[in-house]
Amino acid sequence: MTTATENKPTAAAERLAPGTPLLDVRDLHVEFKTRDGVAKAVNGVNYSVAAGETLAVLGESGSGKSVTAQTIMGILDMPPGRITSGEILFRGQDMLKMSNEERRKIRGRKIAMIFQDALSSLNPVLSVGYQLGEMFRVHQGASRKEAKAKAIELMDRVRIPAAAQRVGDYPHQFSGGMRQRIMIAMALALEPDLIIADEPTTALDVTVQAQVMDLLAELQAEYHMGLILITHDLGVVADVADKIAVMYAGRIVETAPVHELYANPAHPYTKGLLRSIPRLDQKGQDLYAIKGLPPNLLKVPAGCAFNPRCDAATDLCRTEIPALHQVLDKDGAELAGRKSACHLWKETLHG
Amino acid sequence: MPDLTDTKTEIPAQRAAEVPEAKPEKARSLGLDAWHDLRRRPIFVISALLIVLLIVIAIAPGLFTSVDPRAGDLRTHFLTKPNYGHLFQPDWFGYDGQGRSIYARVIYGARASVVVGICVTAGVTVLGGITGMIAGYFGGWVDTIVSRVTDIFFGIPLLLGALVVLNAFTSRTIWSVVFALVALGWTQMTRVMRGSVITVKQADYVTAAKALGAGTTRIMVKHILPNAIAPVIVVATIALGGYIATEATLSFLGIGLQDPTISWGIDINSAQKVIRTAPFALFFPAGMLSITVLAFIMLGDAVRDALDPKLR
Repeated sequence: MTTATENKPTAAAERLAPGTPLLDVRDLHVEFKTRDGVAKAVNGVNYSVAAGETLAVLGESGSGKSVTAQTIMGILDMPPGRITSGEILFRGQDMLKMSNEERRKIRGRKIAMIFQDALSSLNPVLSVGYQLGEMFRVHQGASRKEAKAKAIELMDRVRIPAAAQRVGDYPHQFSGGMRQRIMIAMALALEPDLIIADEPTTALDVTVQAQVMDLLAELQAEYHMGLILITHDLGVVADVADKIAVMYAGRIVETAPVHELYANPAHPYTKGLLRSIPRLDQKGQDLYAIKGLPPNLLKVPAGCAFNPRCDAATDLCRTEIPALHQVLDKDGAELAGRKSACHLWKETLHG
Repeated sequence: MPDLTDTKTEIPAQRAAEVPEAKPEKARSLGLDAWHDLRRRPIFVISALLIVLLIVIAIAPGLFTSVDPRAGDLRTHFLTKPNYGHLFQPDWFGYDGQGRSIYARVIYGARASVVVGICVTAGVTVLGGITGMIAGYFGGWVDTIVSRVTDIFFGIPLLLGALVVLNAFTSRTIWSVVFALVALGWTQMTRVMRGSVITVKQADYVTAAKALGAGTTRIMVKHILPNAIAPVIVVATIALGGYIATEATLSFLGIGLQDPTISWGIDINSAQKVIRTAPFALFFPAGMLSITVLAFIMLGDAVRDALDPKLR
């Protein structure tokens, strides 16, 4: 592990100061052409991440969180996918306007991604050492030998025991948690500015989940990376995230610093999500669930997409799409970083 | 930098303890795994030994007979009956209608069959593999064009097509037969490869490689090819026997190899005229041809079982 320490100063020199804006997604729209019509998967997503910051993107399946991430990475299948409008600014440059080659150079080096299912995301016929080393060979033109040495170092870094002996093993020979560590190591290899983790712990059991999240948080703090954590697990988010963006039907419905969101949601959907967490002190009672189903993306309801499932919905909610309002406290002062896409945010937050 | 041996996130002790135990079972790659499996199959062992023998015969026929297969003595040897006791002697299998040793001709005829079989297989695998990879990976109009071209080739009957192609050559050698068979047969491999690449392309690890910045060539060669090649190898080994049979068929029909090249097909053709008086002249080249084709097809079967158990 000493080798890792020696390597750091050079990398740290180019590292961005915490708080420097890294990624800014602006009004992104993505749709998919299907046989039954156009599915609007992402309908105007706005979010931003700064260096050293963790943004958690929260939402049900089909809310567009993964599609947004894939669009940022440039790995969206096009066709059937189509980016209809929006900007993705990475350090001020719009990635959607870059050439394929420019984008390829950013992938892995500046922005890396951790996938949900590590077993299917690792190539079964190549040893993990080869796959880790590939990062250095692709981006830095390292030799086979150097790449192998760096692969071992990386495996040490994510605390895989006996790294030097296991470097030639194949993915199926590792346990689920170890495989996810290897995925993390691959994403970390070139010390990118931003890591997008798409449900990194969903495929793991609970004890391993905690280990992996701790590791991720620790490495992120060490490298001052930006982290976008995509998840549907509210428990995972609370510990590691700085701010949260809640997505519903392809839109951000609420953004807030993590503790404020938990304490005081400003959107009925967030409120419903938080209420549906099982609680020990309510043992014996029925679990709460938001009634209804997530909307069909081919036919998003008019007005607020959440209105058919919302207890507080009014006629306004059924006709007009709410903008992402700045949220104010009771005295009318702005609450930093808090926005809600609800006509009734005041009632939801304060009353 | 925080101390990485921090107790909070340290790996549980039993996990570390598992590792030395797991060590004796050395990691095996897919290829090694297949080999491990193949070694224990009698069909594979028998067919592999036969094929090795055939290849040795093809490379060095002089090791098995000292007689010139083209030297005929009509006066003393015209359709002389075989002398089965004389193992490996010129008269072991008898003499043909031109007084040539059938044993020597069977031995020397192996070369044409083996060379045609192997070269055609190599040719169609490379050509079909590349076109199939391109069509499968890029999709869209590239795929449409390649797929329509393979459809057109599938519409041409192999023998009829080979007849036309080979007629264009003034003198036909082994290489013109190889050329004709590759030109007409590559589309079979294109189809197999294309289908296989399309399946593999959708795998998460391909997306992951893309997300980590690998370029198109690297993704194709390092990530897709090793995962997509197994069905192609299987089809190729099974098809090899078929190509050998096709060469013999073409030579039999008189549009494949020509005298003085020695081929089992040519010998079968000349022997059919004397089938009533000297059936042995037909039996030995035809028997060798059958054994050879069978050996390759059995090998293909065994390789398929080892590489792709799902196809069984």
